[in-house]
Amino acid sequence: MDDVLILGDMKEGSLDTRTLELVGVGRRLAKERGGDLCVLILGDAPGGGAAEAASYGPAKVYSVAHPLLKGFQPEFWLKALEQVCAQVKPGVFLMSHSYKGMELGPRLACRLGARLTTDCIDLAVDPQDGLLLRTKPVSGGNAISVFKCPGEPQMATVRGKVFEPAAAGEAKGEIVEIAVELDASMARVASLEVVKEEVVALDKADVVVAGGAGLGEEDGFEALEDLRKALSKSFGNVMIGCSRVAVDKGWISSDHQVGLTGTMISPDIYVAVGISGAIQHLVGMVHSKKIIAINTDAGCNMFKVADYGVVEDFEKIIPALVEKLEEL
Amino acid sequence: MKEMRIIVCAKQIPDPEAPLSDVRVDAANKEVIVDAPQVISPFDENALEAALRITEDLGGTITVLSLGKKVSDTVLRKALAAGADELILLQDDAFDKLDSYSVAQALADAIRKIGDYDLILTGRQAGDWDSGQVGLLLGEILGIPSVSLAREISVEDGSVVVKKSTPEGYERVKAALPALVTVSNEVGELRYISRTRMLKMLKGAGSIPSWGAQDLGTAPDALKKMSIVELSSPPDMRRDCQFLEGATPDEVAGKLAAVFKSLQ
Ligand SMILES: Cc1cc2nc3c(=O)[nH]c(=O)nc-3n(C[C@H](O)[C@H](O)[C@H](O)COP(=O)(O)OP(=O)(O)OC[C@H]3O[C@@H](n4cnc5c(N)ncnc54)[C@H](O)[C@@H]3O)c2cc1C
Repeated sequence: MDDVLILGDMKEGSLDTRTLELVGVGRRLAKERGGDLCVLILGDAPGGGAAEAASYGPAKVYSVAHPLLKGFQPEFWLKALEQVCAQVKPGVFLMSHSYKGMELGPRLACRLGARLTTDCIDLAVDPQDGLLLRTKPVSGGNAISVFKCPGEPQMATVRGKVFEPAAAGEAKGEIVEIAVELDASMARVASLEVVKEEVVALDKADVVVAGGAGLGEEDGFEALEDLRKALSKSFGNVMIGCSRVAVDKGWISSDHQVGLTGTMISPDIYVAVGISGAIQHLVGMVHSKKIIAINTDAGCNMFKVADYGVVEDFEKIIPALVEKLEEL
Repeated sequence: MKEMRIIVCAKQIPDPEAPLSDVRVDAANKEVIVDAPQVISPFDENALEAALRITEDLGGTITVLSLGKKVSDTVLRKALAAGADELILLQDDAFDKLDSYSVAQALADAIRKIGDYDLILTGRQAGDWDSGQVGLLLGEILGIPSVSLAREISVEDGSVVVKKSTPEGYERVKAALPALVTVSNEVGELRYISRTRMLKMLKGAGSIPSWGAQDLGTAPDALKKMSIVELSSPPDMRRDCQFLEGATPDEVAGKLAAVFKSLQ
């Protein structure tokens, strides 16, 4: 009952870094509660992931295999999670605040009669009552709140890139296979089509050149694309990012969006072009190593968090900058 | 096909686009104080827009539900001005500072009281507590299929078809009605409402129904609250910005290029 269970996730055949981040924080919480750390891997063929998870030294890795767990149909995953929780009764259950975690977290909490805190940036155990202290940014990031509530399991989804990923250790966890009963009739939402689009993995970028409402129209991104190409000659992985307004206006697809409801990033260089610096945007990029802002408004918030600022119309600066970069 | 009956859940919050200088953390009372006008939470506006497009195509009615301690009908009448048919305010002291589950529970009680519905739409998350739970919890409590993160929604032959965003692109899914869908900004902004129309709605005599916890039959102890142990300001994010200046854009661009060079 004092055990900490984390939901592991696989990406392209191996454990997602976010799972390793959870392993790190989960291990600390398990120790504070006097329980064990356990990892749960679901899938149609979870064996490889389970073995990989075991090498990070949790007490146990629960491996759940079922053909219907292939891909991600939330209703099957939820039924499987319900059955696993009924069996292993975790004291704390953590998931990443990822696509899957955002979908499964609230629904599973409801089914287990527990309360969830989403998008946590810190977790601790209250020494008095053993309950989880759940630290979460609220109001877009304008405040940080610590929540607590009774009940079991204690549940949270955890923001990515906040905790250090765990390193593989000497100890190997025991792999325990758990059988679940699922049948196709359990899904009330049918998948018609899964479409892979060409999406940018912004969190892998070394340099992000991002545009916002200040670009005025879709064409503004062409200037940014020229800059991206010019920078690509000197930097690895240069990608185009954007603010939400650019998505709302239909100028660019949402995978480019940086921020609270987009991607959280911390590249070597972030270039904000025509982005005012709303809190929901800042939380996504403020950990960038160097921040360069180009904006016509000297008073805009982005300059407050920037290392270098240019108060100028992007239409004048970007082409000139591209030329200068070519000369260097 | 029968006309659609859509329920949109829309929360009233202080404008999340308010400048940072208008936001203050009251640590003693564990409250975020925002010195800005109240608005409809942005993703809920996207949900309303999606509902309006569906009823434009298929006919039907839209009921907007808004829950809080004190909900302002001047804020929510915007939904009527945009084209919603009915607004129901769920307000009660007992609805103050509820956690996500309690909100979903009270909304579920209100929806059961309304009775007949085909589709429930909510925003993917609210712009004040950023929790992102109420929609999915509501679907669970009502026991209907739910789909999250919709970027496009259509209704065909008694089913809702949703294009939902995934990390790799999108997935098209289908669920029989009644169903719940949480809506993301890609659906599109709420349509433009003319000032005249807005004023007409504000002056409109029609009284807006208001239900309290007792009307909903929500037991006060069902509204358990997650407690806030502590509320604090975020760490200071300010850096010391070095402004690059010059007589011509060319000169500034030269300096900026040198910065890039130095960071290489
Ligand atoms: C719950 C919630 C979640 C959100 N999530 C996100 C998120 O994940 N990511 C996100 O980005 N936003 C998010 N937002 C929206 C956010 O609040 C802001 O609306 C958005 O970030 C503003 O985008 P912007 O800076 O591009 O636009 P604006 O604030 O309109 O800024 C445009 C800027 O461009 C400048 N400009 C104008 N013309 C030029 C020119 N010619 N050259 C140079 N500069 C120029 C202007 O001075 C201004 O500073 C969220 C909001 C809510 C409520």
